Amino acid sequence: MKTLSRSRAVRTPGGLSLRLDLRSLIVVVLLLVAVLAAGVALIGTGDAHIPAMDVLRTLAGNGNPYQDFIVNELRLPRLLVGLLVGASLGLGGALFQSISRNPLGSPDVLGLAQGSTAGALVMIVLFSGSAAAVTAGALVGGLVTGLGIYLLAWKQGVHGYRLVLVGIGVSAVLTAVNSYLITKADIVDAARAVVWMTGSLSGRDWTQVWPLLILCAVVVPVVLAGGRGLRMLEMGDDVAYALGVRVHRVRLVLMAGAVLLTAAATAAAGPVGFVALTAPQLARRLTRSPGPNLVPSLCMGAGLLVTADWLCQRLFGADQLPVGVVTGVVGGAYLLWLLVGERRAGRV
Amino acid sequence: MNRLSAENVTLAYEQRVIAERLSVEIPDNSFTVIVGPNACGKSTLLRALSRMLKPAEGQVLLDGQAIQSLPAKKVARTLGLLPQSSIAPDGITVADLVGRGRYPHQGLLRQWSAEDERVVQESMAQTGVAELAERYVDELSGGQRQRVWIAMALAQQTPLLLLDEPTTYLDIQHQIDVLDLCAELHETQGRTLVAVLHDLNHAARYATHLIALGGGEVIAEGAPKEIVTAGLVERVFGLRCQVIDDPETGTPLVVPAARKARTAKVTAAS
Repeated sequence: MKTLSRSRAVRTPGGLSLRLDLRSLIVVVLLLVAVLAAGVALIGTGDAHIPAMDVLRTLAGNGNPYQDFIVNELRLPRLLVGLLVGASLGLGGALFQSISRNPLGSPDVLGLAQGSTAGALVMIVLFSGSAAAVTAGALVGGLVTGLGIYLLAWKQGVHGYRLVLVGIGVSAVLTAVNSYLITKADIVDAARAVVWMTGSLSGRDWTQVWPLLILCAVVVPVVLAGGRGLRMLEMGDDVAYALGVRVHRVRLVLMAGAVLLTAAATAAAGPVGFVALTAPQLARRLTRSPGPNLVPSLCMGAGLLVTADWLCQRLFGADQLPVGVVTGVVGGAYLLWLLVGERRAGRV
Repeated sequence: MNRLSAENVTLAYEQRVIAERLSVEIPDNSFTVIVGPNACGKSTLLRALSRMLKPAEGQVLLDGQAIQSLPAKKVARTLGLLPQSSIAPDGITVADLVGRGRYPHQGLLRQWSAEDERVVQESMAQTGVAELAERYVDELSGGQRQRVWIAMALAQQTPLLLLDEPTTYLDIQHQIDVLDLCAELHETQGRTLVAVLHDLNHAARYATHLIALGGGEVIAEGAPKEIVTAGLVERVFGLRCQVIDDPETGTPLVVPAARKARTAKVTAAS
């Protein structure tokens, strides 16, 4: 009899073994295919429509100069920023939800986005800063908020409910600060602030791609390596401790990683709503696998954001509607559906 | 020397001191049960023995070394703990949960060996949950669930296993069921078991070594037959009683004095 009908172990003669959950693997592969398809569609979409075959040819380096400029200089960086932001938010959300053992423990609810917004608004309103300054402000705002939440929630370790409640408190305070900053702004700055606060991918170029890509290249492997410890933490601190997980260290590293990913993503695209909340929940329902589902959440986040951006452009025309509006509407509706469904199941 | 002991430990949560300079030896190959009234520090002692709680002073020794200084995974291969509070993740199957007990034997590149597979099967068979392998843990009854958690702790394959009130919230036949299982693990596999139990009669029946705690001190320790007396029960629990031989096993059986006899004594004393 097989112990685990759903997973397969791959073993080498040297004693190495990997464990793969078949369904999760299939979900990840399908999501990647969907993400790539959405990406090609997104590159082809805009004032100048480019057929999918031409997009692929141009990406391979065989396009005409006109298409080459549009694809490789204008739309590819925007797509990459979208992918990286979505992936970071999805992964960051999965980490936070798993650490807090609560779907509401996602960065949207905990006030990280509000922290980034506060940082950006300070730069826009008080200093009329450049785009780079706003990005830096948002990054610092997010990181400081993350640190603040961690310190406030720390009481012999971070506990789920405490983290969520502290986060909601921090979020409320920061929302008030942000509203105040906007009332102090003049009309030009206020308009700029509102656009930033909706979350948008328009006008993103290669200078935004590289820092995000490097950050992800460093943080994602570290976080994924900690994923096994995180699975154990889901059973409670005591059980994880008994199994030899260095509970506080694992949690600190993973939370730091999640804060970095979320803050960087928010700095790059503004506070894109609900991706961090919904991506892990959707991924989980597709894989039907217990555990933090880190890789599926990452792919789901990237897919959600790119699809939302494509929908925006398709339905409303280029850059008429920031992507954050669509993710907010879709994500909010999904959350409501989720809550209604869970109440029927008798959980809430 | 015994593998697990606490030497002059002071146990405290922040400022609240539970026990001062407490020394306890867990005899190798024993089924040790710690008993005592509520808030006497028995669970706290178990937490210290399993390195969940760092003593404010003194230290817990595992194989002669301070347990806090040993690598976490190495300790987890020697000493297992079934805590009181554990959460079964949503949608997890029995086999998957038991498999998580293999964590201390695994690594990034050694995630699921044939040995892991074999031990998980064995642990499920020993605890009688093999036929539940593909069921979801949240669908099981309390008694079945506790067996699954014990199977997970067994899969850890530790010579020492600590259990914090393993019978709480179970009805009587499941309590006996779990204790029988513990006794069997102790007898057939030579594991050293340490359990905190509420029920003094269960403790007296199953333990090979009993530690009676009161007010953060060891009041008595030894074989149940030698130490469980009416005087000890009165001293530790403040309860007047008779101690008779258990008609089934011959171990001490504590029978509380009738209410009238007890109240009469209080009136006479006052």
